[in-house]
Amino acid sequence: MALKIDRQHLELIKAYGEESYPDECCGFLLGRNVNGDKVVVATLPALNARESAEKYHRFLITPQAYLECQKYAKQKNLDIIGFYHSHPNAEARPSAYDVEHGWPWYSYIIVSIKNSKASDVTSWTLEDDRSKFKQEKIIVVNE
Amino acid sequence: MMTTKILIPTALRQYAKNQDSVQIEGKNVGELLDNLTEKFPDLRKHLFSEDGRLRNFVNLYVNDDDVRYLRGTETNIKAGDVISIVPSVAGGSDSNGEFSKAEIERYSRHLIMPEVALEGQRKLKEAKVLLVGMGGLGSPVALYLAAAGVGRIGIVDFDVVDFTNLQRQVIYSTNDVGRPKLQAAKERIQGINPYVEVDTYETRLTSENALQIFENYDIIIDGTDNFPTRYLVNDACVLLGKPNVYGSIFRFEGQVSVFYAKEGPCYRCLYPEPPPPGLVPSCAEGGVLGILPGTVGLMQATEAVKLIIGKGEPLIGRLLLYDALAMKYRELKLRKDPKCPICGENPTIHALIDYEQFCGIGTPADRVVLPEENEITVRQLHERLSNNRGVFILDVRQPHEYEICRIPGSKLIPLNELPTRIHELDRSQEIVVHCKMGGRSAKAVKFLREAGFEKVKNLKGGILAWSDEVDPSVPKY
Repeated sequence: MALKIDRQHLELIKAYGEESYPDECCGFLLGRNVNGDKVVVATLPALNARESAEKYHRFLITPQAYLECQKYAKQKNLDIIGFYHSHPNAEARPSAYDVEHGWPWYSYIIVSIKNSKASDVTSWTLEDDRSKFKQEKIIVVNE
Repeated sequence: MMTTKILIPTALRQYAKNQDSVQIEGKNVGELLDNLTEKFPDLRKHLFSEDGRLRNFVNLYVNDDDVRYLRGTETNIKAGDVISIVPSVAGGSDSNGEFSKAEIERYSRHLIMPEVALEGQRKLKEAKVLLVGMGGLGSPVALYLAAAGVGRIGIVDFDVVDFTNLQRQVIYSTNDVGRPKLQAAKERIQGINPYVEVDTYETRLTSENALQIFENYDIIIDGTDNFPTRYLVNDACVLLGKPNVYGSIFRFEGQVSVFYAKEGPCYRCLYPEPPPPGLVPSCAEGGVLGILPGTVGLMQATEAVKLIIGKGEPLIGRLLLYDALAMKYRELKLRKDPKCPICGENPTIHALIDYEQFCGIGTPADRVVLPEENEITVRQLHERLSNNRGVFILDVRQPHEYEICRIPGSKLIPLNELPTRIHELDRSQEIVVHCKMGGRSAKAVKFLREAGFEKVKNLKGGILAWSDEVDPSVPKY
């Protein structure tokens, strides 16, 4: 299992993170499951629905936003295959809060933003027993 | 029994035999969920938390309605209803304002104060403060801001620690003498608090680099000791819209204010023009009580912390005057000058200027420049004295300086007494005049030459040069 994404979308996610800094950004990964690998075809930014005082370390995508995105994805013949979010001034590792709120199966891309510049980008999936996230390989395609 | 269609989101299909929907029996939402998780037990831990409650990021919809806005799990089901499980997606980072256990302990006396608390401490951690000058004022400011948990501290200076610094620049220890100030200060700051990031700018602050350096910080703290830099700091802060926490010290007296042109006056509103050069002595010339920069610097640090956490009444539009001898504080109200050339209604200054020139530094009015033949080096003087050639040495410093050290055989007539005591000098004799560094004695030489003394010369570099090059046993001050 790996996550395949092209350079352009990866850069887009970094740009979203830098733009939202010092708040967290969040959004959807749309794509397909191809031979066990997830392939990102599109990214869609979402509104961070947390109250502004918390956005520096929290994000929330509402179920309404999820349903709308799902509708959009269906039209394009795609699936929601995961989410991305940024960690301003923190490492690109899932937090305890991420684990607590994680969904199985989806890929969670995390981009670390330090001093308003994107640094590491990683991807993670939740373990079946919800105990932790395990890192997933990102394969950058079409370089 | 009626069955109802439940749509399973992609993420959970693996726990429901990879079906995107299942038919389940039940009268209401609660029963449906019970029966669903009985049939597919692996679903349970993803839908319910350990205490058996629906997880707060799991949303159940009956057709288009969230059951939270209906009757929750009690919501009854009619024939043809469709149930969807819809994720809300949440997450976030651990750090950035979230503190490690060690940090919580470190800052606990802040965290238990309602005015600071976790929110204020987070603001401190995210704050970026620049200290211009790492001398008497910069030292206590750096120590306390580091201890308080300011996340990023920038320091600007280009000096080396010397013995005369130690009486007040408490960030340095005796072992640091001879080391670059920034190197020693950075070590000390990180020794106090390893969570602080320190940026060092080992350079003189100039009109060319000031904006670029200031840009990276939220608050600038002025710990400089001269007028050109003070105006430069002010102007750069006004141009960038940043607060300038100002402090100045002399002997027993200090001044503190916050110049923040967005909300009040700037330094130029208070002092539109610099004083004539030489009128206001620096600490190196006039001295300063070693404790004074501690008192004044900590008032500056206090103002910086208040600005960061957004509590209290900042010293904007107020100038605090402190007199350590009387142990009295006075406060002056400052008003924004509508005619201020940089923060007024029609500003004429839109970029940084040449501040040395603005303050008249390096101009003839500032210091006497003597022709070379009217000067003598310490080595030349030493040679003459060794050859026992009659030279009269005139010391024009103040009596308390004379008490610290002197060149053997010299006579003391302080510069200000020279006009009235000129008759004590012999026009026919060769006279060498000296002071601490050569500035005051140059004025004396000029005065004496104009009074008809033709054999008078100035000792270049003063008694400090004498100590450096001739007699190291003479203490430097």
